[in-house]
Amino acid sequence: MSIGALSLDLPFIWACLIAIAVFMYVVMDGFDLGVGILFPAVHGRTERDIMVNSIAPVWDGNETWLVLGGGGMLAVFPLAYATLLPAFYMPLILMLLALIFRGVAFEMRFRALTEGGRRWWDRSFSWGSYAATIFQGICLGAYVQGVRVENRAYAGGWWDWLSPFSALTAVALVAGYGLLGACWLIWKTHAELQARFRKIALRLAVATLGFIAAVSVVMLFDAPFRERWLTFPAAAGAAVVPILVLALAWLFFNKVRGNGEVAPFLCALGLFALSYAGLGISLWPMIVPPHVTIWDAAAPPSTQAFLLVGAVVLIPIILIYTAYVYWLFRGKVHAGVGYH
Amino acid sequence: MVLPSAVDLARFQFAFVMVWHFLFPAFTIGLASYLAVLEGLWLATGNSVYLDVFRYWLRIFAIAFAMGVVSGIVMSYQFGTNWSAFSDKAGPIVGPLLGYEVLTAFFLESGFLGVMLFGMQRVGKGLHFLATCIVAIGTLISSFWILAANSWMQTSQGYSIGADGRFMPESWLAIVFNPSFPFRFAHTVTAAYLTTALVVGAVGAYHLLRDSYNPRARVMFSMAMWMAAIVGPAQAVIGDMHGDNTFQHQPTKVAAMEGHFDTERGAAAKVFGIPNAQTEHLDYGIGIPHLASLYLAHDWNAEIKGLKAFPKDTWPTDLPLVFFAFRVMVGLAFLIIGLGLASLWLRFKHELYETPWLHKWAVAMGPAGFIAVTAGWITTEAGRQPFTVYGLLRTADSAGPVQAPAIAASLAAFAIVYFVVFGAGILYLLHLFRQTPEAHDPGAPQGQPVRTAGITPAPSLAGDRHDRDSSGLPEAVR
Repeated sequence: MSIGALSLDLPFIWACLIAIAVFMYVVMDGFDLGVGILFPAVHGRTERDIMVNSIAPVWDGNETWLVLGGGGMLAVFPLAYATLLPAFYMPLILMLLALIFRGVAFEMRFRALTEGGRRWWDRSFSWGSYAATIFQGICLGAYVQGVRVENRAYAGGWWDWLSPFSALTAVALVAGYGLLGACWLIWKTHAELQARFRKIALRLAVATLGFIAAVSVVMLFDAPFRERWLTFPAAAGAAVVPILVLALAWLFFNKVRGNGEVAPFLCALGLFALSYAGLGISLWPMIVPPHVTIWDAAAPPSTQAFLLVGAVVLIPIILIYTAYVYWLFRGKVHAGVGYH
Repeated sequence: MVLPSAVDLARFQFAFVMVWHFLFPAFTIGLASYLAVLEGLWLATGNSVYLDVFRYWLRIFAIAFAMGVVSGIVMSYQFGTNWSAFSDKAGPIVGPLLGYEVLTAFFLESGFLGVMLFGMQRVGKGLHFLATCIVAIGTLISSFWILAANSWMQTSQGYSIGADGRFMPESWLAIVFNPSFPFRFAHTVTAAYLTTALVVGAVGAYHLLRDSYNPRARVMFSMAMWMAAIVGPAQAVIGDMHGDNTFQHQPTKVAAMEGHFDTERGAAAKVFGIPNAQTEHLDYGIGIPHLASLYLAHDWNAEIKGLKAFPKDTWPTDLPLVFFAFRVMVGLAFLIIGLGLASLWLRFKHELYETPWLHKWAVAMGPAGFIAVTAGWITTEAGRQPFTVYGLLRTADSAGPVQAPAIAASLAAFAIVYFVVFGAGILYLLHLFRQTPEAHDPGAPQGQPVRTAGITPAPSLAGDRHDRDSSGLPEAVR
């Protein structure tokens, strides 16, 4: 164990890194799950091909952040991994199965031998996207509500994850991912198809903002959250979040109605970032709410330090080549053109 | 009727999702390297036959890789959903190895896969080749870390055990380079290469049976048979070394593989038998005297410990499974090496492309690699039982709090989804295998959106049109 690492608060650094990885996953797979969520709104084969081709070169990389979130948590917060996963056993497994249906559909819908077969892979893509999003949303709601841990193991029941609140977060996430998907497609398409996604984005933005408000209000009924958000002086700082949400919403509507190409997508990312920050303010420093902190769940310092060395070097490199790949496939996606 | 316990169901679930998952990497690890070699040959020689073969296998790679990705995401969550006690105790050691796999391999593969599949027009030949190489190297880096983690569970070192029963890392160098790792890594990667070679060889042979002059089928078959002829025997040597290593570090596993209950000098290599744990005897055993002593200890009369030399509660829990899985793997190895040597002989006689019996044999051997790697995997994993971390952490103490009905339900869900989705994927793969490898026509109109037509119409390829016919055969296959 190196002496230098002892002077660092490794669990804190890792909590930040895992939080970033999860956020990267949420927004990146969020927009490509959103593309699947928008499938029922678009019927033409050419249009659907454009939608899928806009994400085909990048979806796999986007989903890798989910593996980093899982693998990283096993490494640096094993107790959190060992209690959260059994707690969300059913929704997690259903989410993984949904991701299978969706992930294989990228190739399969081009490989289907019959028109009927192709339609089934379209459904597999779209329904898989819905199901994955819904179960992620359920996990999110259940996570916020808390998980019972005794003797380093999950001690709750098998249906604890199901509640009106987790149902609310599930629907909220469908709207949110749909919004990200619509904004991505505004950026990647043009003309009539783009106009259609502008309309869809407006509606989904209204829905998303409504859900953000609803989730926030419900959370305020919970004493510990209320304390954080409504007690001075902390509330003064926390109040910045809803104010920024409103400002961003105003900018978003202007840009979607105007000629914004990338701006709507960036605004939607901003809304996700603010909601995520709000969640962080509510839960910090718990990694398994309501009682297990990041320090309780931390792996030994030698484990955290060993992986940190790699993460500090590799994550910037990953971000650079990921950006390169996005840049390579920049620009509008056109019908029938070479599939990139 | 005795219902299976939660631990048994969790074991079966892990085995099920693992075996399904590994079918895809076992194929794509080798295929990625094969694609890199083909693209390299095309760039070096300018011979478009290599590009045609590259394009043929790229479409197949795209599907197989996608199935490997989605079944792999499941694996990264299995440890937590069903084996949370293991995750809590061994997570500090196994976790970072998986973390490094994600950071050094998964991102690399998934990032550059997009360029490899869709980027030919955007980046030019050189950079595209680089992307293919990066994907190929990524698959090998991935194997490195995941096999380091698995090997540590087999032959642990570099750890201490904390007051709370958790494994604490002491030396990462010792953890990663644990005693069985170099052998397992070499054995598994070689197995993956052979698996790919057998599939490529079978597809090449299938098309040679229909048209023995198809230059693309010739390239496939010729390259695959070189692999079988050279790497097949090499794998036997590596496997023997891996076996020696297991004999030193996991004697109960070797005793189960060999069907040895009694400790003997000049121990026989059992060709057949049915291990009976109750009577502690190999029923119907037939063996070749002294042979096991010879290949395990390299001494005609060496003493080989049998299972009875060890406490019965450390014996592998399913002796016949270990015993027969090992024999399936070794039996297939003989057939693979035989195929390679036969091809070498016919190549020497200039009859490689005109010998239908060889082609039929190669077609029949198409799935042999998958069966062999699965059998090998079962041998090593079932042979590690009743432990998850050999000799240190029992499987029964590794499971989580999830109860049997929940695990049974999720297992049923995995089974249905895997058979439907991956079954369909495999059917599409077989359909692609049946398609004759044609010369690529750069100017052809693209009627249907053919996915991997991604790399199509690059204008720069037009110059390579001249050698679309058989006159463009590479020297080696004329």
